[in-house]
Amino acid sequence: MTAAETETPETPLSAPLDVGFDYTRSVGPVLGRFVNALRERRVMGVRGDDGRVHVPPVEYDPDTARALTDFTDVADEGTVVSWSWVAEPLEGQPLQRPFAWALIRLDGADTCLLHAVDAGSPSKISTGMRVKARWADATVGHIRDIVCFTGVDAPPDDPAPAPPAPPVAEQAEGEPVRTVITPIHLHYLHSASPEESRYLRGLAEGRLLGQRCPACGKVYVPPRGACPTDGVPTTDEVELPDTGIVTTFCIVNVPFLGQRIKPPYVAAYILLDGADIAFLHLVLGCEASEVRMGMRVRAAWKPREEWSTTLENIAHFEPTGEPDAPYESFAHHL
Amino acid sequence: MTDVAVVGFAQSPSVRRTQGTTNGVEMLVPIFKEVFEQTGLSKRDIGFWCSGSSDYLAGRAFSFIAAIDAIGAFPPIHESHVEMDAAWALYEAWLKIRMGEVDTALVYGFGKSSAGQLRRVLALQLDPYVVAPLWPDSISLAGLQARLGMEAGLWSEKDLAEVAARSRRDAAGNPFAQVSGDTEVAELLDTPFVADPLRAHDIAPVTDGAAVIVLASAERARDLAERPAVITGIDHRVDSPGLGVRDLTRSPSTASAGRAAGAGTDVEIAELHAPFTHQELIVRDALGLGEQVRINPSGGALTGNPMFSAGLVRIGEAARQILAGNARRTLAHATSGPALQQNLVAVLERG
Repeated sequence: MTAAETETPETPLSAPLDVGFDYTRSVGPVLGRFVNALRERRVMGVRGDDGRVHVPPVEYDPDTARALTDFTDVADEGTVVSWSWVAEPLEGQPLQRPFAWALIRLDGADTCLLHAVDAGSPSKISTGMRVKARWADATVGHIRDIVCFTGVDAPPDDPAPAPPAPPVAEQAEGEPVRTVITPIHLHYLHSASPEESRYLRGLAEGRLLGQRCPACGKVYVPPRGACPTDGVPTTDEVELPDTGIVTTFCIVNVPFLGQRIKPPYVAAYILLDGADIAFLHLVLGCEASEVRMGMRVRAAWKPREEWSTTLENIAHFEPTGEPDAPYESFAHHL
Repeated sequence: MTDVAVVGFAQSPSVRRTQGTTNGVEMLVPIFKEVFEQTGLSKRDIGFWCSGSSDYLAGRAFSFIAAIDAIGAFPPIHESHVEMDAAWALYEAWLKIRMGEVDTALVYGFGKSSAGQLRRVLALQLDPYVVAPLWPDSISLAGLQARLGMEAGLWSEKDLAEVAARSRRDAAGNPFAQVSGDTEVAELLDTPFVADPLRAHDIAPVTDGAAVIVLASAERARDLAERPAVITGIDHRVDSPGLGVRDLTRSPSTASAGRAAGAGTDVEIAELHAPFTHQELIVRDALGLGEQVRINPSGGALTGNPMFSAGLVRIGEAARQILAGNARRTLAHATSGPALQQNLVAVLERG
């Protein structure tokens, strides 16, 4: 983590946080028809109880709530009903050069489809303009099979580059599309609290900094923006030694994705001497079967040149060989 | 069933970016303290806690659990959460008191909108099959709605700038506002488009913030506030999620929620949750609020739009006018979703 902009010792630390997931959704009988039609470069709607043709199709009539089944093809050409201009496209949007979002009423439809129009500039789009779907070279059964819409009368001389097709779920040859996959990637700036930032900066110097809750007197490491018992920030700083005990532990026998140590190994709650809250760390340096509740341990630090603002500066904890702490001395920390 | 009243309200300043965490603790601790001072209650007196926030805004799972640290939830508390604006958390708390389960409740909302790219994050509240995969951003969608009204002759760019100028002028008296000041309509109309047809003044700012309201049964309320703001009606309704299905220039859900909540002509002040200038006009029209009704004396969401608490702030501001003795009957509106999809209306009266 790094402190943003004008760093002072008190500026909270922050770091980019990127999260992503490929959402996989089954389409069901109604949207299934729609995406399978898209794969064949056709647009399909459904007729509602009031006679209106909904595109994209809706599963239930918006007014009567009856399940709708009267499917009908509509044109891949229609009229712009409203539009707004995107001067700086965002990640993931259909076009990566300026474009218009538009509500488009396709010929034969009564509701509007939302999609992008590759118009070039805001002066070249207007309500009432006729537009036509530009289909992807390879259609997969996804709304993005329509790359965008373009003007019927004056399509752009230099069509915008089409983004890559979305990922496709496994399906047998000739089978209809039953699921759609939508990758979602989001980017954040994650901030540590002022209390956590002091703790993380301490770690970079090889120090373990806790703080005491002014109400209950408990020493938290890491310190907290609010004591979970009292709802007030922890305040008085307490420097803690790198020795403590194992309160409870488990032996990891199961391999999993991203595992960095060969099982079996021990993940334990370590209660530092003078702290009231344990944290999770590794216990190495002895057989997993030798680890006990109450066992005395000491931090094994990585070489100083590898330290940064992280608890990973401590590679693991290892036994000191001192006598175990009696159960009564840590029972209330379990 | 017992009546329910607002007896306390506090909010954090609306700011573009806090240095705090996404769990809101730093914003919540001081405002919890503030409402406890206002009401004389302590955390042990609160029968039910309910919050509104969003994991997508925070970029982490179960972010609302971390926020509970701000309460100091020991001994264990009776708690709930909605992944919506906290105005809907208030609705849940209102039900708890109405049903006689508890006689006090504390409702809070928080959001650090600045942690991600807000208009992109909000694309994820859209239909996940055929709309969200295109990543339509919240500002562009509002632009489609604004243009429909302009071209139908329902409002003009000048009408929108007037809403913005009035909001900013009123916000000058609100110490929590993010945007305020005297601006001429002509000056605003001279600025470039951000998302044609919308200009910067048409769009609520990106805001980090939090707010808290304390509710009590009418009986308890008399001991907690000199002039409790009794909720005489509250209701929320939703329109079709299909953006191309409904008439975006109207808000039938606001109209029906308003009717159910008893929104009448005798409202003195209305706090409307309109993150875009044209949406204020749609909501005013749907609620039938005439010229005599004072709209958004706080400056409204256009001058500070803390996600997941801006709706709660509207209820708080409407209540504050009664708590302070400035009004006898006020109205609050909250919205959620794209282009005013879901709407809540509350009517408050001096008890």
